[in-house]
Parts: sequence; structure tokens; C-alpha cells
Amino acid sequence: MTIASTTQLICFLVLAVTLVVGSLGVVLLPNIVYSAFLLGGVFLSMAGLYLLLNASFVAAAQILVYVGAVNVLILFAIMLVNKKETLAEIPGLVVRKVLSGLVCVGLFVLILRVAFTTNWALPGPPPVGEEATIRIGEHLFSDYLLPFELASVLLLMAMIGAIVLARRDVFSSDVITGEPVDQGLLEKVRTPLLIEKPALEKTP
Amino acid sequence: MTFAILPGMGETIPLQAYLGLAAVLFCTGVWGLINSRNAVRVLMSIELMLNAVNLNLMAFSNYIDGQLIRGQVFTIFVITVAAAEAAVGLAILLSLYRNRETVDMERFNLLRW
Repeated sequence: MTIASTTQLICFLVLAVTLVVGSLGVVLLPNIVYSAFLLGGVFLSMAGLYLLLNASFVAAAQILVYVGAVNVLILFAIMLVNKKETLAEIPGLVVRKVLSGLVCVGLFVLILRVAFTTNWALPGPPPVGEEATIRIGEHLFSDYLLPFELASVLLLMAMIGAIVLARRDVFSSDVITGEPVDQGLLEKVRTPLLIEKPALEKTP
Repeated sequence: MTFAILPGMGETIPLQAYLGLAAVLFCTGVWGLINSRNAVRVLMSIELMLNAVNLNLMAFSNYIDGQLIRGQVFTIFVITVAAAEAAVGLAILLSLYRNRETVDMERFNLLRW
């Protein structure tokens, strides 16, 4: 084993441990702000694994899109909806957690069995290494041109959809005088859709 | 400064190591998706699952399809879709929070029978 491959193995082990511990922390930690920052750590170690897999362009895209955009968006969402609330107790929650844990372990064993028993076509052709970015560009503008254009349409749709969904409804004119009002300062009084369960159960 | 790893060095780490790591990540994401009470954490679990799929695609792209690297192209598309999904999902979450004034998944039951 050469020194370079030893270094590669150590990098892989460190990144793998970071990834597993970080993802468990994302799911299990009670404080959601810690979960969001750990999610950023998971994305960063994923980018490191992409570098180990000879994909520097995708690693850069991962850092730019996931750490720079998605994680910041999640942090903003946490700040916007950060209300201390005591969650109501649900009967059978522990049973549900244990059962779903068993299902997930079963799924994990199934995936591992498939991964280790399948006869993969190894070793494949040698990786292109640093030419990967050129190859990706050729793919995107020749045989994957239609998905590339569809992705741009999808991003536009997502942008408009997010604006429409998260927009506040405001009055466009004053109710009494009929004059146009300053947009963005007034918010329509809305009735929350909270339906109390006991009120529903009493009616019949 | 180059990050390229020289050819012939990829054989020290087996493909199955990456597949197993992705399986751990995916199963953690599934468990979090089922059991989270906070709606933001559900979105984070979905991101974990998408990343696990990306890791699988990248591993196959490097080990089996080293010349054409179609897996990397697919990973870029998955990253695009994940970004769009996060934006729309968080917008839906904000709208839900304004209407119900909670982020508890157990109370989003308007469409339940």
C-alpha cells in the first residue's frame, strides 16, 4: 500500500465518520438549530467524498448549492418559524419509533446485501480525472440538452411558485376611503385554520 | 492546485464502502422522515436521502462508468431538483405556519380521513 492510498483511506474514514455522526445528529438532536448546522457539516463532508471520487466540479457545485443555498434557506426558515412550543404527547410514539427503526434497519440490511452480492462490472474503465468538467460540459450540451433545458424551466417554476406560496395577502385599497394603501405594511386579518379536536368530537 | 487523484489509486477503497455509506445515510433519512415532529427537520431528512442517492450515483460513475461519467451529470440534475424542492418546500412550510401557527407534523391533519 503506497502512502497516497493510505492517505486516501484515512480521508475516506474521517469523512465517513463525520457523515454518519452528522446525519444521526441531524435526525436525533432536540435543538433544530444544531441540526441545521450539522446538516451543513454533512454537506461539506459529502463534497469531500466527491473529491475522493475524482469529481471536483460536482464537489464545487455541492458546496455552492447545498451549503451556500439550501442550508442557508433552512436556517432562514428556522428563524422565521422559531416559536417555542411544547409538543403534545402522542400515544404510541415510542412504539412507532421502534417499529420504524426496525424497518429502517431491515432496509439497510437489504441494501447492503444487494451491494455485496451483486456482481458489479469491476474494474471499469479508468476514471477521466481532471477532464471530468469538460466531459460534463459536453454531455450537458449534446445528449443531455433536453434535461438541461427542462431543469432551467423547473428552476423558474420553483422560483415563481415559492414567491406565490410565501407571499402575504395584502389589501390593495383602503376599505373605507377606497384609496390605495401602502403595500407591505398592512396584512389581512386572517382566521387561523386551527380546528380543535374536542370541539369536533362533541358535536355528534 | 489540482484535486485529481491519479489513475490506479481508486482501487484501494472498494465500491461497496461507498454503497454502504450511502445506505446508512438513506436509512437515517427515512427514519427521520417518519419520526420527526418538526416540519423543518422533515425537509432536512429529505435532503439527507437525496444526498445518499447522489453518493451512489457518483460512486458508480467513478468505478464503473469512468470514461463517460453519466453519473456526475445525473448528480447535477439531482442537485438542481433538490434546490427547487427545498425552495418550494420551505415556502409551503411558511404558508402552513401562518395558517396553523405550529410546525408540529401531527397537527397538519386537515386532509386526513
